[in-house]
Amino acid sequence: MSTEILMPALSPTMEEGKLSKWLVKTGDVVKSGTILAEIETDKATMEFEAVDEGTIGEILVTEGTEGVKVNSPIATLLAEGEAAGAAPSKKSAKKDAPKETKSEAPAEKSEAPKVEVAADPEVPPGTEFVNQTVRDALRDAMAEEMRRDELVFLMGEEVAQYQGAYKISQGLLDEFGDRRVIDTPITEHGFTGLAVGAAFDGLRPIVEFMTWNFAMQAMDQIINSAAKTRYMSGGQMSCPIVFRGPNGAAARVGAQHSQDFSAWYASVPGLKVIAPYSAADAKGLLKAAIRDGSPVIFLENEILYGKSFPVPKLDDFVLPIGKARIVRPGTDVTIVAYSITVGQALEAAEKLAGEGIDAEVIDLRTLRPLDMDTVIASVKKTNRIVTMEQAWPVCSIGTEICARVAQEAFDYLDAPPTKVAGKDVPMPYAANLEKLALPTVDDLIAAVKAVSYKE
Amino acid sequence: MSDAPKSNSDSLKKLYANMLLIRRFEERAGQLYGMGLIGGFCHLYIGQEAVVVGLMGAAKEGDQQITAYRDHGHMLAAGIDPKAVMAELTGRSTGLSRGKGGSMHMFSIEKKFYGGHGIVGAQVPIGTGLAFANKYRGNKSICLTYFGDGAANQGQVYESFNMAELWKLPVIYVIENNQYAMGTSVERSSAVSDFSKRGASFGIPGVQVDGMDVEAVQKAGEDAMAHCRAGKGPIILEMKTYRYRGHSMSDPAKYRSKEELTEVREKRDPIENFGRKLLERGIMTEADMKALDDQIKAAVITSAEFATESPEPGLDELYTDIYA
Repeated sequence: MSTEILMPALSPTMEEGKLSKWLVKTGDVVKSGTILAEIETDKATMEFEAVDEGTIGEILVTEGTEGVKVNSPIATLLAEGEAAGAAPSKKSAKKDAPKETKSEAPAEKSEAPKVEVAADPEVPPGTEFVNQTVRDALRDAMAEEMRRDELVFLMGEEVAQYQGAYKISQGLLDEFGDRRVIDTPITEHGFTGLAVGAAFDGLRPIVEFMTWNFAMQAMDQIINSAAKTRYMSGGQMSCPIVFRGPNGAAARVGAQHSQDFSAWYASVPGLKVIAPYSAADAKGLLKAAIRDGSPVIFLENEILYGKSFPVPKLDDFVLPIGKARIVRPGTDVTIVAYSITVGQALEAAEKLAGEGIDAEVIDLRTLRPLDMDTVIASVKKTNRIVTMEQAWPVCSIGTEICARVAQEAFDYLDAPPTKVAGKDVPMPYAANLEKLALPTVDDLIAAVKAVSYKE
Repeated sequence: MSDAPKSNSDSLKKLYANMLLIRRFEERAGQLYGMGLIGGFCHLYIGQEAVVVGLMGAAKEGDQQITAYRDHGHMLAAGIDPKAVMAELTGRSTGLSRGKGGSMHMFSIEKKFYGGHGIVGAQVPIGTGLAFANKYRGNKSICLTYFGDGAANQGQVYESFNMAELWKLPVIYVIENNQYAMGTSVERSSAVSDFSKRGASFGIPGVQVDGMDVEAVQKAGEDAMAHCRAGKGPIILEMKTYRYRGHSMSDPAKYRSKEELTEVREKRDPIENFGRKLLERGIMTEADMKALDDQIKAAVITSAEFATESPEPGLDELYTDIYA
C-alpha cells in the first residue's frame, strides 16, 4: 500500500515553504536517509530525507512550487511489489514531517492582518508603500546605514557566512565584506564587551544576539559598561551601539529560549529600548537606533520576522525614538500593546467593534523612553485602559503603565487599569501548556469587557 | 605618555618623577580618605608604580590604556592633571567625571584613558574592543589592557584572548600580579600561578617581568609593542609586583604578614631602587631628588586643596549625561 510523503516543518515557526528541488523521480528506489528533496523557507534551505524505504510513486508537487503547506502530501511512496498509481493510504500517513502544532503564530510570509491600521503621521502624505517582511526591513535598515556610515559594522554569531541564524543579515557579507560583517565565536560576554570597547572608541557596532536569551551572559557589559559609562564619565564617553535580536517566545522551544526581557532593559537609565511590531517601524526605528549616540536595545520577535507590512518607499526613512503610535483610533477603551501583541490588540479591537466597543489601540514602539503622553491623552479620552504583553506579569511594562496611569490620570478613570500578560511561569514545552501560558486575543477581549462593565 | 625626552637621562629622570608623583599623590589620597573627604572605595597604587610608568614610557601617541578600579596611577602616568583626578576622588564638579564617577570611574578621551572600571575583568573585553577599533581604523595604535591576578581567573578574559588572537588584535594584556586578589593569595586562587602562560592555549605569547624594575618594564613594553605593531596580535606581560596598602582603604590586611610587606618595601621598592641607580649613574644627585620631591609634594598639595575647595556638582547635574 502506498503512503504519502508530507511537506516537512524545518523550524519551530515554519508553516509553509518552497519545494525548490526534487532529488528523486518516479520509480526511484529509496531507503532511510536517501535525500528526497531540497526545501526552502525564507530562513533556510534544507535537504529532506526519507525515513522509510520504498519506491517513489507519484510526485504530487512539482519543484519550484512556493507556499507548500507543512504536512500537505508532496509525493507517494510505494511499498515493495506495489505498482505506481495505487491509491495512497490515508490512515498510515508518513512520519517524515512531525506535525506542526498550531500556535497563535502567524504563518511565515503571511500578509499583515486585514484590519484597518491608521496612517503613521511620521510618513509624508502621498508616500508610496511596498509590502516587505520585517526580516527584509531589518536587513535594509542595516544595509542603508552601513552604506551611509563607514563606522557602522555588524557582529554576532552566524551573521556573516551563514547569512544570519534567522536570515536577518542575508547578503550583508557579500556587500560589505568580512571587515564589517563579522562572525564571532559563541562568547556573548566577550564579544559584547569587545563591541562596547569599539563603541567607546567611536565605532558604531550593531551586535546581533541570536536570541536575547543568550544576552543574559553579557548582561554586565550591557548594563554596567554600555549603559552607565556616559554618566560615570561626566558626559565624556558615549557608547553608540545597537544590541538587537529576537526577544520573547518563539514556538515550542521551552523555558530557556522563550523569555521577554522588555521590562528588564526598560528599567535601566542610560539605555533606550525599542520593540517594534510592523516592518515599517522595524526599519525606521532600527535606522534611528544605529544613528543614536546612546546604547539601544532593539527587541525583535521571531514570529514577526516572516510577516509582511506596507513599508514607505522613501530613500531615508527614519522614525523618532520614544514616540508611540495610535494604530487604531477609538473612543471607548485604550489598549496599549507592543511587539507581537499589537497584532492581537488589533484583532481584538475588530471583534470588539462588532460588539459595540470602539477600542483605541496604541503601539508603544519604544519602551524607554516610554511615551506616556500619548497613553495618558488616550486614557483621558476613553477613561479605560488595558495593557497587553507576552512578558511575565510581575514588574512588567504593563505594570509600569498601569501604575503611571493610576498616578497621573486617576480622576479620568472609570475602571481599574488592567493588565493582560503571560502567565507567571517558566515557558512550558507541551503545546497545550505553552498555549495556556501565552496571552490570547480572547483574554484581551475579556479584559476589555470587564473594564467596560459589559458581559 | 613620554614627552619625547631630549636625552636618555631626561627620559630616566621622567620615569623617576612619574613614579614619585603617583606615590605622593596616593599618600595624600589616603590621608584625605582618612579625613572623610574621599568616600566609598579607594584603591591605592602604592608599590606598583613601576608597572604603569614603565609601560607609558614605552607607549606612543595614540596608544590607549584601560584598567580596573586601581586606576589613579594610570591616569597620572597618562599625563592627566592631578587636580582633576583628586577632585574626582572628593566628588567635586571640577573632577575628571564632574564628580559623578568617583575613584573607580574616570575617563579621558583626550589622554586615551578609557577607565576606570569597577567590575573585575570587565575592562578586558572592552580593551580588546579598543584594539579592534584600532585595527578597524587601520591605525597603528595599541591598547594596553591592565588587569590583576584576581581578574585573570575571569571567564571573559579567555573569551577576549580567543578573539584577540583569532583576529590578531593589537592589544597588550598587562597582568599586574600583586599577589593578592583582595585578600586571597595567588596560591589560594589560581591553579596555575604563572600568569604569563595563561594565553598558551590560544597561542598568545607571554613574558614574566619584574614589575618593581621600571627599566625592565619599559624594555618589556617596547618589545611587546613591536610585536603588536608588526601585526602579530596580542601578547601578555605578567608584571610581578606588590601592593603596599590594603585592597581598599578598609582592609585589615590579616592575610599577609607585616614581615612580608616590610621585606618588599626594603628590598624591592621600585622608587628607592631606581633612585639609587640614578645616583650611582650620576644622572641625579641627592639634591636633585630632594628638589624634585619638594616640587611634587607641592603639586600634590595644590591638587588636594583644589579638590577640597571646589564645589560639589550642581543639583541639576543629577539628570545630565545619561543620554548622548
